[in-house]
Formats: sequence, C-alpha cells, structure tokens
Amino acid sequence: MLYRENGQFKTSYSADQQLLPIAQDRWLMIALVASSFIAVPLIASDYTLRALIIPFLILAIAAIGLNILVGYCGQISLGSAGLMGVGAYVAFNLTLRVPQLNFLLVLLLSGAGAALVGIAFGTPSLRIKGLYLAVATLAAQFFLDWAFVRVRWFTADSPSGSVSTNPIELLGWTLDRPVDKYLLVLGLVCLLTLAAKNLTRSHIGRAWMATRDMDVAAEIIGVRPLTAKLSAFAVSSFYAGVAGALWGFVHLGSWEPAAFGLVMSLNVLFMIIIGGLGSMIGSFFGAAFIVVLPVLLNRLPAAVGIDLSTAMRSHLESMIFGGLIVLFLAIEPLGLARLWAIGKQKLRVWPFPH
Amino acid sequence: MKPAMQRPSIARLRRQWPVVLLAALLAAGLLAPLASGAATAGFFLEVMLGGLMAGVLYSLVALGFVLIYKASGVFNYAQGAMVLFAALATARMAEHVPLALAVVAALLLMIGFAWLVERLVLRPLVNQSGATLLMATLGISIFLEGFGQAVWGNDIYRIDLGLPKDPMIVGVHLFEGGVLVSREDLVAASVAAALVLMLSLFFQKTATGRALRAVADDHLAAQSIGIPLNRIWVIVWAVAGFVALVAGLVWGSKLGVQFSLSQVALKALPVAILGGLTSIPGAIVGGLIIGVGEKFADVFLGQALAHWFNLEGGGIEQWFAYVLVLGFLLVRPEGLFGERHIDRV
Amino acid sequence: MKATTPYWMGWMAAACAAGLATVVAAEDATTAKEQFIPLLVYRTGPYAPNGTPWANGKLDYLKLINARDGGVNGVKLTYEECETEYKTDRGVECYERLKGKGPTGAALFDPQSTGITFALTERAPVDKIPLITVGYGRSESQDGDVFMWNFPLLGTYWTASDVLMQHIAKKEGGFDKLKGKKIALVFHDSPFGREPIPMLEEGARTRGFELIKIPVTPPGVEQKSVWLQVRQQHPDYVFLWGWGVMNSTALKEAQATAFPRDHMLGVWWSGAEPDVKDVGEGAKGYSALTIQYGAGLSKVHLDIFKYVHDKGQGTGPREEVGTVLYNRGMLIQMLSVEAIRRAQERFGKGKPMTGEQVRWALENLNLDQKRLDALGFGEMLKPVRTSCVDHVGASYARIQTWDGRQWVAGELYEANQQIITPMARSAAEAYAASKKITPRTPQDCRA
Repeated sequence: MLYRENGQFKTSYSADQQLLPIAQDRWLMIALVASSFIAVPLIASDYTLRALIIPFLILAIAAIGLNILVGYCGQISLGSAGLMGVGAYVAFNLTLRVPQLNFLLVLLLSGAGAALVGIAFGTPSLRIKGLYLAVATLAAQFFLDWAFVRVRWFTADSPSGSVSTNPIELLGWTLDRPVDKYLLVLGLVCLLTLAAKNLTRSHIGRAWMATRDMDVAAEIIGVRPLTAKLSAFAVSSFYAGVAGALWGFVHLGSWEPAAFGLVMSLNVLFMIIIGGLGSMIGSFFGAAFIVVLPVLLNRLPAAVGIDLSTAMRSHLESMIFGGLIVLFLAIEPLGLARLWAIGKQKLRVWPFPH
Repeated sequence: MKPAMQRPSIARLRRQWPVVLLAALLAAGLLAPLASGAATAGFFLEVMLGGLMAGVLYSLVALGFVLIYKASGVFNYAQGAMVLFAALATARMAEHVPLALAVVAALLLMIGFAWLVERLVLRPLVNQSGATLLMATLGISIFLEGFGQAVWGNDIYRIDLGLPKDPMIVGVHLFEGGVLVSREDLVAASVAAALVLMLSLFFQKTATGRALRAVADDHLAAQSIGIPLNRIWVIVWAVAGFVALVAGLVWGSKLGVQFSLSQVALKALPVAILGGLTSIPGAIVGGLIIGVGEKFADVFLGQALAHWFNLEGGGIEQWFAYVLVLGFLLVRPEGLFGERHIDRV
Repeated sequence: MKATTPYWMGWMAAACAAGLATVVAAEDATTAKEQFIPLLVYRTGPYAPNGTPWANGKLDYLKLINARDGGVNGVKLTYEECETEYKTDRGVECYERLKGKGPTGAALFDPQSTGITFALTERAPVDKIPLITVGYGRSESQDGDVFMWNFPLLGTYWTASDVLMQHIAKKEGGFDKLKGKKIALVFHDSPFGREPIPMLEEGARTRGFELIKIPVTPPGVEQKSVWLQVRQQHPDYVFLWGWGVMNSTALKEAQATAFPRDHMLGVWWSGAEPDVKDVGEGAKGYSALTIQYGAGLSKVHLDIFKYVHDKGQGTGPREEVGTVLYNRGMLIQMLSVEAIRRAQERFGKGKPMTGEQVRWALENLNLDQKRLDALGFGEMLKPVRTSCVDHVGASYARIQTWDGRQWVAGELYEANQQIITPMARSAAEAYAASKKITPRTPQDCRA
C-alpha cells in the first residue's frame, strides 16, 4: 500500500491498448531508460561496462529471440548459438568486403541472413515437435559449427580460422571506448525490446501463443502453422543474428568458430528457463543471472573468507546452475519473471498478505 | 491383372516411398567408394567394421536413453553425465580398492543417485510436459558434471579392464594388407550384445520388467492396478545407471576417463532417436547404422568434399549423424522400431 | 504442483540482492610495493590434465621467488588465478578483470592458449600490457617491429615445424631423401592446430614431400575416422599437433590401427606425461619436441622443494615437480620475473613496474649462461637474447622419446631462422597492412 494503482480510467482505445497502461509503470520505465542512458555511463567503471553490462545487454537480445521461439511459440531450439555465429560471420564479411556500409545496415543484414538460415533449419518444425525438433536444431548447430571452420570463405581465408574486427565506425564516430559501445548496444536493446513486445501483442504473437498452447486447435480455428512457426523461427533468428554480430564486434573483437558452440546455445536456453519463459522481462533477468553468477562466485567466497581454487569455483558454478534450473522448473516454472510479478503484487497489497 | 486396384505389395511400396528412397540413397552412398575406386575392398571392410563397432559402443550409451524414455517418458539428457560420473567413481575408487569392489561401489552410488533423482526431480515435476522434463534433465546433467569433477578431480584417469589394445589383422590372403580388426572393440561389442540380451530378457520375462512396460504404456492404468510408480521410476533410473556404468567402463577403458566422456552422449542421441526411443533392439540397430554412416561420411564423403570444393577433409562426423536422423525423422518420426504415434491435423 | 511460491524464495531473492551488492561494492586494497602477475589457467574441462601442471609450475616459481628472495628487489609478487577453460571469451573476460589490478596494473599476461592470444593481440597494445607466449601464439609475432606487445619467447610453431622437418631429414639421411615422402599432420582444428600449416606447406614445396592435413574436431575425444584416414593414406610420418585429451586419444587410436608410434612426432604441446602416461607401453617409441628441456630435476627444483613444498606451500602434488609441463610453467614464470627484474634495473629498483616498462625489458632480455646458472636453470636453457625485431630470443628445441615409462631426452636442434624470419616478416607486414599499423623502424627502437 505504498502507492495506489487504481483509479486510472482510460477514455480512448489507444490509451487502453498502450504498452504500459499503469502510470506508475510508465514512470518507472522512463526513469529506468533515462538512468541507463545518462546515469550509468557517468557512474559505472570501464570494467563494469565492458565485462558486465555490455555482455548482459547483448545476451538479453539473444534471450529475447529464443524466448519468442520457445516461450511464446513453444518450439524448442538448441541451435541459437549457431545462428548467432551466422550473424557474426555475415557482419564480419560485410564489413570486410563492403566497408562503405553503415554499421546499422550491416546489423540489419546480418539479422536477415540469420533469419534466412533460421527459416531453413526451422522447416522441420512443421513435421516434428518437442524432443525431435531439439535434435533437428542440434543438427543445425553442429552443421554450422563445421561450416564456419571448414568453409574458408566465411573466415576470409584466415589461416588460423580466427577472425578479428576493427573498431566500429558509425557516422564518423569511432566506437572504441566502452561508453560508446554501451550506448550503441543500449539503443539497440531498447529498439529491439520494443519491437519484440509489440510483436507478441499483435496477431502474430497471438498466433504464436495459440500454436504453443494447442497447435491442433489453433490450426482448426484458422491459424496457419506454416506462417506461425516459420515466422517465429525467422524473428527469433533475426534477434540471434543481431546479438551474434554485436557479441563478435562489440564484446569479443576477435573470435574463432568455437565461440558459438553448443555451450553458448545451452547458456541462452538456461537464461530463458531461469528468467521465465514467455516474458520479456524474464529474458533480462535470465541474462543478468548468467552474467553475474560467475562474478559473484568469484567475489563472495573471498568476502566470506573461504578460499576456493579456480577449479572448484568452476565446478560450483556448474552445480549451482544445474541445481537452480531444476529448482526453478520444479518450484516456479515461470521463472524469475514470475517472482518479480509476485513481488509487485505483494507490494500492492502490503501490509496485508493478500 | 487388376486395373482398378493395384496389387498390395506395390501399394505398400508407394506409401513407403520416402523410406525406400532414403534406404536406396544410403546404399548408394555406401557402395560409391568401392565402385569409384577410392577405396580398396580391404579398406572398405575396415571402415565398415570400424563403423559397426563404433556404433555398438554408441548404442551402449543410447540404451540408457531408451530405458528411461520407455518407462517414464522422460528424455534423459543427463545420460552422458551419468556415464562420466560412474566412470569417474570407478576409476578413482579403483586406485584404492580392487576393481571389482570399485565397480560394485559405483553401482551402489548410481542406485543412490537414481533414488535422489526420483525424489528431488521427478516427483515435483510429475505432470509436466516433455520439454520441461528434458530441461530438468539438462539441469541434472550440468549439476552432475560439476559435482563429479568437484569430488573426483579433472585429470585423465585410467580404467584397466585388461582388454587387449593391439589390433589383429585378418584375411591377409584375401585382401592386400589384410583387414584391421580392433580386439578391444570386439570385446566391447560382445559386452553390448550381452547387455541388450540381458535387458530384453529382463523386460520380457521378469515381473518387474512387465511392470516397467505397463508403466511405459499408460501411467494411470498401471497405477490403478497397484503398480507403485515412484518405486518403478527409481528402478528404471537405477537400471539406466547400471547401463551408464557399463558404458563408462567400456568407453573409459578405451579413451581414458575425463571430462569429454560426457560428450559421447551427444553422439548417442541420434542413435536412440533413429532406433526409436522405445525400442531396445532399435538402439543397437540405430547404433550400427549411425556408426557405419558416420565413419563412411568422415572418411569418404569428407575426402570427396575436400576434393570438389577445396575444403580440408574431415570433421563431418558430428553433424552427419544428426542430419541423417533429421532426414529420417521427416519421413518416419517414430524411428525405425518405435511405436507409431499419430498426430495428424 | 505448488499453488503458491514458497516463503523462503523471498529470502533467497534478498540474499541474491545482497550478494549482488558485494559484487558492485567490492574493492581490492593494494599496497604500494607489490607487483601483480595475473595467471590465466584452465583447471577444468578437457584441457585440464595439461593445463594444471603448467599452472602449478608457474605458481610454485612465484612462491619460490617470494619465499627465497623476498620478491624482486624487495617488491613482492602478488598473483591471482582466473579460470578460462581454454575458451576465448572467458579468457578475454579474465583479462579485462585482471588487467588493472595491483598498484601498476598487470605486469604481463601469459594467456596459455593460442586462441586467447589472438583475441588479446588486439587489446594488449591499447591497454599497454605485453603478452608473453612461450612456444605458442601467432608465429608471425616473432617480428617485433609489427607485434610490439607479443613475445613468443623460445619458439613459435614455425620454429617447431622447422625442427621437426630437420629431425626427419636427419632420420632419413638428408633433406633430399624427403622428396616423395608423405607426411600427415593430425591437428587440433583450432587456431593452435592450424598455425604450423603455412610453414609445413612451404617445406612441402621446397623439399618435395607431400603434406596431408587431417583435422580433428575439438576436443578430439573420438578419432577413429581420423586414424582410418591415416591408415588409408599410409604416410611415412605423422606430426601430432594436439592439446589436452586429443593427444592420448591419438596415441591410443594409433595403437588400435597399428600405426608405428616411432613414426609419430609431436609438437611440444603433445609431448608431456598426461598424454602418454595413460597409454603406457602403447606409446613406446613416440617422440615429441620440448622447448629445450623436458622432464627432470635441476638446481632450481631443489630450491622449490626446500622453500615451497617442504613448507607445505606446494600448489600441486610433489610428484608433479619436474614433469615436462611443470618445468615449462616454471620456465615461463622465470622469464617473466627476469623481465620484471630487468625493467627495474632500468626504471627504478625496488619499485613496481608498469606494463610498458616490462615490455621494454622483454625486448632487451639478455640471459647469458652465467645468469642462467645462478638462477638454477643452467642445465635447462641456452642463453636467451631478445631484441626489438627478434621477439623469440632463442629457437632451440629438443627431441625426446617415450620409452614406455618415462621421457628420454634426445638431440637438440636449432630452427633455421634464415627461412623463418622472412616468412614471419611478410606475414607480419600483411597483418600491419590490414590493421593499419606502421611497423617500427630501427630508430624507433631505441629504448
């Protein structure tokens, strides 16, 4: 009962249909975006930006993409890292071979390239579901792994198979400080999150959710499985492609094909499981969790006074991840997003329990 | 002649045309190296034998997948981690006690693990969808990998089963240079065959086996006639743990026990699916097909690709099995011997 | 299924938030007279069996310097390990986290991985921290005019390839006897494994042998088809260029396909105890390179026993001291410490050094036999002398052979820099052109 959310009556359809109908939510969102753009660059150290915030934002994009596919459309995909790799390599080749292109256009094209590949590898979803679809996406992942190593054209005939990128140049502005990179990524995240949120509220999103809940019934009422499923794959792969290009160019700077292997696919899947399937904010929570946990495991034992070897820390990380996944699935399958919603609900009725 | 109605055999063929086409393509792919002269007959046989035996080794791991799926409808992604865990336990304990004792101790550990999994994971997730359970087993696999290594260490450990390591060369008179046959793989293949026989007998002849099949068929019906579901699940996971232990012993003696052993499960996954997730003999047949297919693809197709497209050969193995299974799934989603599940719209 | 979320979830969430706060707020206290040395390691994952003794060797030497000498001229050496699991992105993360630690920042980085070296080569010049990549890394980085901040001391993959070719030429009776022979390179399909290819292809062109390249998908745990291909091609020699479990698996598969192990030669990363101990008698006859010295105890080890292990401070088990990779780790750390010492001689004794100063020292390293004897490395190393343009310092390598129970040291070779230096220069110039770097001239080079 710290604040009242009731009494906000809408007088037009557009007011009723807006993204954030409650005024408090609107203010919170404005404050969040403003502080992200203004306060964070002033306060955060270079290390925090480079090692924590930028990877968090980029992985959030990938998580939103996978959430669209798994959480909203109910298909399972273990090939998201391969699609990220497609985006990264397309971006690399474009900046290498057509250097005049604007970097934003490069990102768009790398997303589009990943979307095409995603549609190709998502076509089996029209015939197979569940576990078997997971196997099909694994096939895509391994095939892409092999292609990036083997097909020299992708790595521009680099003898070592490793590629490196020059700093991004955008409209004459060279992004070589972490703050610049952060602002670029933040802008893209805001744009892409808005797009994803609106997509899931539109008729396409409803088609996805209908397919997820009961695909047979959905088809009977007229939702075309082909458009629903392939559009989910396309949008999800687009996001993965953009995230991959950003991961390669902004975060890594130089990478080898192993950077986009199965482990990263599983990490993105964990992000959305822990964060919450089918929710935008869940993707952010999951991404934050995955980025922060190793750092936490580094600092916390030392702060408490326990001395752990690096190997033990690594094993603890695995054990905690695995344990938490099982815990979340058993206790709160809707993940951290649901906990957040419950928290907000508790705040609304506080000090009463319900 | 029956002009209005086709003969039954032709009708069946027309229905099954995708399977027949796939089989024909595979056969052509298999015989191509021999026909084109890229391989001598002796080498062809070597690759074939090597593939068959590798396949049997994969099916050892795939059996675990099949067992658990058959009885509880859960796809156990953690099978690879279980193989690693069992092998690590045996290898480390065998440093202090005789091997047989270490194996028994490892078996007890796997039974304990099965009980824990049923209690902590399966019971809370009792009515969830297959995808949720798959993700739960993913979590178990990550946990087990970390836990096993935290307790037993990250080095390469040795399991000495006394298997002969040197190969034997047979048929020197028939083929030039003879055909290489790995004795270790032969022993492993016979172990796998024995295991399959044992498991088939267990499922068909014993009361527990019958109960397991009943649960696999219909949980509710089985429960209604008094079969204790929880106990059955513990038994199934324990048997899968035993299979993981055997697989861990064989693979561990072959490759040494270290972290990458759990990656073998990724190779066994297509085997389980190709054979049909509910069929034990299917795991063996699927293993044979995938094993041969992989080796042929890597050795011959890889070289062909290298030749035509100027790539470096090799490395195809990993995705070839998956693409093969993918093609098969599009045509026959339940695998070779799995139960047909009709879900048309 | 539970209808409500359990109560304790709220407390767990609060605990997580508190933990987060410690992450953001934690600051490390530093004292003025300390030199920070970051240690990138991999003690988990498929490369751990080889990464662990390497890391232990480095740590033990650091502890020795602190315990026996009180640091470098009174400046204590502080260090922190960071787990990379041999993955490039984790390596970059560790680099970012550790580069600013200590009063003057990190002194130098030993990434312990060629892949991570590639990624850090871009960042090191910006952050002004040298990379010391003993026996690995970019082969062209031996050219110091372009790669100011990379130091592949004691050898690169090109020197290794050259020595291997010299060795088989010697076995065959001369370079002319190599004509028509077949050499298969079984390599780890990563930047590390691909590094020797340009040098070996050049050798194939000039010496007339046929080079067959057979990649192994990392981590290389299943190699049956690789060795079936080897059997099909029946090469005269196989060069093994692997790391981690790939090596022992390769030897096991070689045994299973009856390829004579004495015709197998490994690079110095494929010739250590973890690779062959498991195979035992099956690897008898297998030879590998070492960076001048393989397994064995020398004068410095006695000090390590006395000052580190006997005091209970040993990082790994006592039996590990004196193994191939442990010794290599020790060697690398010795070179790092000597570079810090040299920097102090020039920029101020008893003060912690910055990355730039250590870089200068690495370029002006002059360890003669007298100094090496005094350090206890006299039997292990030949004199090392770097310069502006030569960031390798010495290009010797020894062949050692496994006799079933231990490594037996063989002949020492010196790589032919007449061939290698021009190749390195042209590759370095190509890199400089693509990155728009101007190579240094001899005038720029003066300290």
